[in-house]
Amino acid sequence: MNEPVAQQPGIFSGLWATARRDLLLAWKRPGDVLNPLFFFAMVCTLFPLAVGPSAAQLEFSGPGVLWVAALLATLLSLNSLFLGDFEDGSLDQLLVSPQPLPVLALGKTLAHWLTSGLPLVLVSPVLAMTYRMPWSVVPVMMLTLVLGTISLSLLGSIGAALTVGLHRGTALLSLLILPLAMPVLLLGANTVSLAAGNDIYTTGIWALGAYAVASLSLAPYATAAALRISNE
Amino acid sequence: MTPRLTADNLTLIRGERCLFEGLGFALNSGEMLLLEGRNGCGKTSLMRAIAGMLSLETGQIFWNDVPVLKQRQTFHGALVWLAHRTGLKGDLNMVENLQFEKSLRPQSDRDPQEVFERLGIERLRRLPLRSLSAGQQRRVALARMLLADVPLWLMDEPFTNLDREGRRLVMQLVEEHLAAGGMCVMAAHQDVEINAPVTKIRMQ
Repeated sequence: MNEPVAQQPGIFSGLWATARRDLLLAWKRPGDVLNPLFFFAMVCTLFPLAVGPSAAQLEFSGPGVLWVAALLATLLSLNSLFLGDFEDGSLDQLLVSPQPLPVLALGKTLAHWLTSGLPLVLVSPVLAMTYRMPWSVVPVMMLTLVLGTISLSLLGSIGAALTVGLHRGTALLSLLILPLAMPVLLLGANTVSLAAGNDIYTTGIWALGAYAVASLSLAPYATAAALRISNE
Repeated sequence: MTPRLTADNLTLIRGERCLFEGLGFALNSGEMLLLEGRNGCGKTSLMRAIAGMLSLETGQIFWNDVPVLKQRQTFHGALVWLAHRTGLKGDLNMVENLQFEKSLRPQSDRDPQEVFERLGIERLRRLPLRSLSAGQQRRVALARMLLADVPLWLMDEPFTNLDREGRRLVMQLVEEHLAAGGMCVMAAHQDVEINAPVTKIRMQ
């Protein structure tokens, strides 16, 4: 016990361990994963019923509706990101773990994206059919959704960490995140519209990619700092 | 070098209340620090401050004479915290919960099977923790503590939910840990009988 150098697990083991545990929990409680997905699917299928089946109108509004629904579904799922850990004391255990907190926060965000962002991307082609989106545009839409949901999960983790100690923090969380999420929504929806209109859309993809990379490099640190503050 | 935990002139104010002022202690290998006092007197807050989760008004906590906040990861690698809330996942079973902990902290060379048997939880391996009683869950948290290879144990009300035999077991485990050169900070409102050098802090 008095050996000065005990074998410390490496930082990747912390990353995988948090991601793995959250995926395991999601597997055991599939309802938490399916709720945002149902919300996404319902908004996207109800909208054409309400505005009518005119082809021109659906083609025009499709990218926007899909993107707004994806954004709201992600916001809906963010609230629970740290809540369970806060309630059962695991968050305290993460805060006193010898692993760097940003890495653990990144592990949790990774699991969140795999259980919320990725399913949205996978069902989106089916929903795009409702809006008569041409098949050539579908891969572009999926790519924007991949990049966009990565940014949203990462940015959302900051808000989730800040509001974790508050009861009913959902409204506040949405307010905090929306300004940061706006560029993602605008870039995502417009890129898909441009692609549908046979216009040049690559700029949008690059910009979304840059936004995702910037979020990836900054958000884990902000999340870690926010977790420490809200747990004082 | 033997580990050493010291604190100097600690003051903590929460809201309008001063929980403690000018508090200091020194804890060496093989010793125990016992925090006593009624409910709400700041035992848990002091514990959280020692763990580096609360910022203090004044004073600093040192691990091996270096401020804890300057070497947070090293310090956290040398402690386990048995908090009031166990920090275990109710949906996962014991093995899955302990597996997670294994990826975060250095593990001792104790045989997990022996630890489980000693704590009387070896038959609960495959059950999700939410189906266990509160006392059994606390025993799983104790197993997590025993399996980690760390000198410092922070125990916040470790006797909660435990039966008489369980309380005796905890005291025995702490004694063994101290005898092996470990150290322990414990907050408790019951009588604690431990055969080791104990420093008591009575909180107002």
